[in-house]
Amino acid sequence: MLQKEIINELVKIIGKENVITGREDLLCYSYDATPDVPDPLPDVVVTPSNTGQVSQLVKIARRFKVPLYPRGSGTNLSGGTVPLKGGIVLSLLKMADIVEVDAENLTATTQPGVIIQDLNNAVAPHGLLYPPDPGTVATATMGGSVAECSGGLRGLKYGVTKHYVMGLEVVLADGQVARFGGKTVKNVTALDMVKLFTGSEGTLGIITEIIVRLIPAPESRKTMFAAFNDLSDAGNAVISIVKNKVIPATLEIMDQVTIKTVENFSKIGLPTDARAILLIEVDGIPEVVEREADTVLEVIKNNNGKVQMARDDKERDGLWAARRTALPALAQVKPTTVLEDATVPRSKITEMLLALEEIARKYNLQIGTFGHAGDGNLHPTILTDERDKEEMERVHAAVKEIFEKALALGGTLSGEHGIGMAKSGFLEWELGAGGVGVLHKIKNALDPEGILNPGKMGFNGGTGHE
Amino acid sequence: MSNRLKSIEHEIIKCMKCGNCQAVCPLYKETRAENAVARGKVQLAAAVLSGKLDYTAELAHRFDLCLTCMACVSNCPCGVRVDRVVLEARAALAEKRGLSFPHRVAAAGLARPALMQKGMKAAGIAQSFFFKRGERGMIPRFPVGLDLKRVLPVLAKKDLKEQLPEKNAVENPVMRVALFAGCVTNYVYPGVGLALVEVLNRHGVEVVLPKQQHCCGAPLLIHGIKDTAKEMAVSHVHMFDAAGVDAVVTVCGTCGEAFRHHYPEFLSGQAKDAGKALSLAGRTYDIAEFLTDVVPLDHTLLGPLDTHFTYHEPCHVGRGLGAAGKAEKLLKAIPRATYSPMQDPGGCCGGAGSFSFEHYKLASQVLDRKLRDISGTDAGVVVTGCGSCRIQLNDGLAQREMPQRVLHTVEMLAHSITGAREEGNCNGRQ
Repeated sequence: MLQKEIINELVKIIGKENVITGREDLLCYSYDATPDVPDPLPDVVVTPSNTGQVSQLVKIARRFKVPLYPRGSGTNLSGGTVPLKGGIVLSLLKMADIVEVDAENLTATTQPGVIIQDLNNAVAPHGLLYPPDPGTVATATMGGSVAECSGGLRGLKYGVTKHYVMGLEVVLADGQVARFGGKTVKNVTALDMVKLFTGSEGTLGIITEIIVRLIPAPESRKTMFAAFNDLSDAGNAVISIVKNKVIPATLEIMDQVTIKTVENFSKIGLPTDARAILLIEVDGIPEVVEREADTVLEVIKNNNGKVQMARDDKERDGLWAARRTALPALAQVKPTTVLEDATVPRSKITEMLLALEEIARKYNLQIGTFGHAGDGNLHPTILTDERDKEEMERVHAAVKEIFEKALALGGTLSGEHGIGMAKSGFLEWELGAGGVGVLHKIKNALDPEGILNPGKMGFNGGTGHE
Repeated sequence: MSNRLKSIEHEIIKCMKCGNCQAVCPLYKETRAENAVARGKVQLAAAVLSGKLDYTAELAHRFDLCLTCMACVSNCPCGVRVDRVVLEARAALAEKRGLSFPHRVAAAGLARPALMQKGMKAAGIAQSFFFKRGERGMIPRFPVGLDLKRVLPVLAKKDLKEQLPEKNAVENPVMRVALFAGCVTNYVYPGVGLALVEVLNRHGVEVVLPKQQHCCGAPLLIHGIKDTAKEMAVSHVHMFDAAGVDAVVTVCGTCGEAFRHHYPEFLSGQAKDAGKALSLAGRTYDIAEFLTDVVPLDHTLLGPLDTHFTYHEPCHVGRGLGAAGKAEKLLKAIPRATYSPMQDPGGCCGGAGSFSFEHYKLASQVLDRKLRDISGTDAGVVVTGCGSCRIQLNDGLAQREMPQRVLHTVEMLAHSITGAREEGNCNGRQ
């Protein structure tokens, strides 16, 4: 437990009702959505209402050298918000105002606690869209998704969160408030600090305000669903669609294990003999959408795929249901669901899918793979039971091999979930000693006491469960 | 370690902590506190199981904060029956810690039908002493342990069981059903029961009202008093089995759930009664289900109603019994009545039985969302299918000085069938 003196200081700033110390409540801030990581209790949870308070709270943490973990909705999948070394969890959920929607400049300014879907609901009447759409769009906060640089289903065409963050207000580890970037489309002033803090996973500063870029919402869309009896046909179709100059908003894949599980779970009539299914959606100006849809159909046919096109919104919802059911269906097979985030260049998708099947066989594990084929971001999902120690060892070995394979194919450790605790042990594989050294220099410069989110991204002793 | 929690460990370990429940939990929307949402509660239960937490008073308070609206259950990717986790945790806490005085009194009352009957009679008389009659109901005169502003319904002068005969026969009945009225309908809104008999009789259905029926037990179950709830289940299973009817009809989702889900579960270990409970469960219907799936609403009976209405779906009708949308479909058949759907018909109103009495402020915050939704429809009548929702909605409408009145689905149908004017015979504004 923290010293009474520190608790008293925190109470002085934000009042007793915003300082949580009951064991039952602390327990509810010991985890995020990541399976199989430690879940130590924090000593205290604080819920500030404005940047000034955040700054003062950080100063206290620094004065007493107490770890501090910023937190949004806690839906992240890398252990990024777990209070690994005890200390203060700083929940930003009370800073939840949409400060401005600027339709003329196509920007929105929000506080960190705003839910992503709420921002989209607020900009929709202007005919605008905030494109990043993680699976948790209805619950995840803007602050959390910027800190973790989350991705989503529209990644192929629209990229990830960092492609939309234009400006940030950040409280630094010494309590100073800094602002970077702004509303201008062009901004090349000095080093790109907006990019540095986006995806910094709470290790460099605490994001207290965000300016994001909005885009005109697409006027029309077309959705297709294609089944393949051969994995390479599916992989070739993915590559060929883009080669033919069509960039779909969504290009999702489900492997056979996933198809069978989904069908078994929800009986929506999926072809269980198919080796892979693609779900493709093109969007934009109606005339272009027509032409792009035709191209996609042609490509699927040439790659021996059986296609089904949605004729209206109802049919579209039907096609999407299969994709949306993938994770729930897999999750119900076994108690523990280890959802990984292996990402490879698009051209290596088939190779990676085959490798995943091989890894499942080698370690005798159930792995269902679905994900964003178009951007090479796959979610091999290992179905297991945390209580089965022997199987968990095989899971850890398999995860390690999945990352080895992804990196060998020129991929990355994380397409959209971040590094956090879960993958910090593998960081050097991708960045090398030199790259990791740069990260540490930046961390030491900005947070010399190491109080911000210790144990994540390999900083301050966190090595994950490797 | 409690055997109770151990018995639902399979539900607890299913939770993958994704946090999807945050998007739909009415209490989380108000508090944004992790302990208020399903994920937090499931993890608290897991912590008790693993020995990290004890059965403390604070833990009991955390588990109190749940409307059992089941929005999390229907939104959970892993299919975790969070309602079961919460109810078992409450039962375990009640066992370990005992009950609070008001809960003990309420439990004792609900468990003794004769005493309850007398008590409610006395309450009916006492009500005018402690409460004054407002335009929309009763307002406390003194601090009687309730929020002073709270508007409560008028207790019926004659309860439903006094108003209706045991047998409400028709010539050549197409079916015989037993009405399980539930406490709120019996003591507060007997008009709902009268309307049900009217509607079903016109459909050629004979309605039996077993006079010994009492509380379904769900309020006790919800407060963790499982053993007494089980005794009440036994009594009802025997009583309704002996009634020899084709079906049991309920006018409250929670009562419906008691017959359909809880009774078979309670009696599963008792060979003789288990079969009866299962058989009754298989032929228990909410009135909206009954008129959709069993004896379909006869549209030729319906007369015009110049009403602009909206519909609030009670949690335990929509999600609990899986009858979402059925009442709306029935109501839409009424000629000339205009229907404006709410944005979120199934959003909880915050009533949740006694929750709104124990957590008035929080329940009112939840209710505010519902009232905004109602006023967005411009409707003059709010139709719903649950007495507890009705009490809660009435209070909110009175507090915000909103003009809408509240009717039960079956009352609205009765109005249409009998041609009664809205302010007419069916227990209108209360």
